[in-house]
Amino acid sequence: MILEAPFTEEKLRKLKLGDVVEITGLIYTGRDAVHKYLHDGNKPPVDLKDSIIYHCGPVVVKEKGEWVVKAAGPTTSIREEPYQGPLMEQYGIRGVIGKGGMGSKTLAACKKVGACYFHAIGGAAQVLAEKVVKVSDVHLLNEFGSPEAVWEFQVVKFPVVVTMDSHGKSLHAKVENASAKALAQLV
Amino acid sequence: METKVLRSQLLELIRRTSCELPDDLIRALDKSRRKEKKGTTARYALDVMRENVDLARDKSQPLCQDTGTIICYVDLPKWITEKQFQSAYESAVKTATNKGFLRQNSVDSITGENSGTNLGPGSPAIHFHQASGKSLGVRMMLKGGGSENVSCQYSLPNNKLGAGRDIEGVRKCILDAVQNAQGKGCGPGILGVCIGSDRGSGFVAAKEQFFRQLDDTNDDKLLSKLEKKLLKQANTLGIGPMGFGGETTLMGIKICARNRVPASFFVSISYMCWAYRRNGFLLTESGKINRWLYEGK
Ligand code: SF4
Repeated sequence: MILEAPFTEEKLRKLKLGDVVEITGLIYTGRDAVHKYLHDGNKPPVDLKDSIIYHCGPVVVKEKGEWVVKAAGPTTSIREEPYQGPLMEQYGIRGVIGKGGMGSKTLAACKKVGACYFHAIGGAAQVLAEKVVKVSDVHLLNEFGSPEAVWEFQVVKFPVVVTMDSHGKSLHAKVENASAKALAQLV
Repeated sequence: METKVLRSQLLELIRRTSCELPDDLIRALDKSRRKEKKGTTARYALDVMRENVDLARDKSQPLCQDTGTIICYVDLPKWITEKQFQSAYESAVKTATNKGFLRQNSVDSITGENSGTNLGPGSPAIHFHQASGKSLGVRMMLKGGGSENVSCQYSLPNNKLGAGRDIEGVRKCILDAVQNAQGKGCGPGILGVCIGSDRGSGFVAAKEQFFRQLDDTNDDKLLSKLEKKLLKQANTLGIGPMGFGGETTLMGIKICARNRVPASFFVSISYMCWAYRRNGFLLTESGKINRWLYEGK
């Protein structure tokens, strides 16, 4: 399934748990420092309406005057749980990419604003870096350093799986419940 | 051997460890892919992992950007001292970091400052042993943070799990650990387990299990049986690659037992992610690589 920018509520509402989605368009990286910065009330460096945030601390180098992404796998998302939901609601963020899933606050925000949590494949740094065809800009680089900066990634067919949808469903909760039941049979 | 030669051979070992998944792991990934039906998210995740393995090797870039804790085991022959080895190794780690084979991953635990070189107190970790032969043996692994965070230790008896001080109790702990980890350690995972020992040495022994070939057989008959049984049982939990659900929750379990004091009974469980980066070689005194330890069958 293909998800192309602009990332409108209508498109995101159509996605369901377990959908394999390929994202094409502009996405922004953001992890711990930026989430706290925005939550503290600072103004976002980019327009976050209908945006997708990628929990990623990429390795980016400058080659012949251009930024080139050397590795861009996801980082653990749950650290942003206190901030993510409120920021999604405040700015109309339409999607989050990361790994490991998020909690009930974020799930509720996804339902409210019409957004999804997309799970990227952890450890697949090279495959994912290949999908970043251009780095169009970077923000807060001096303030936070390269892994924590807000990078503007133009991605083409960036592969993810919907593990939390806009209808209140979480694959993480579903799998955990099922495996708990299977475990009870074994012990 | 000239220090320069030793340094460059160690740099090559670090590069290979970071950029190339060993053959036994590739075989395990392929076996897992055959088990998952086409069109499932589990199969999809494994396919992306497999593609990543080839890409990282061809581009000579890290498999995963978290290049983890750098752990190294050395079998030291008479012709080299610990000091000489350590100095050559640290300089190779520094160069590997500059070249991007290792991420700047070593942070002062009090100030939060990143050394930028991967050098600092306890980093990189080196365990020395005396070699029985003439070659210098070096084995290393890069242990990622996400998988380290889901590693855990149990003290038996454990009332909550109904786990007593016996093999049955150990089995319950291991399955509980897999359930708690879900997909958060970037599974399908591989477990290294130590039954017994003290809290510290138990984890060291558990991690040492990762130097075994994934498809080997445990010399201890009872543990060998336990490994097979637990692998089968863990894979009925349905957690699957990345926790998406599926047949492959684990690709291997390696268990060892160490003596304990009568008062304690620990089960130390180390979780390794699918990006299982370990490698090793034997080096002659003239600086030639005798053999890569994990190549081929
Ligand atoms: S757990 Fe392993 S594969 Fe996952 S991000 Fe960490 S190092 Fe990479």
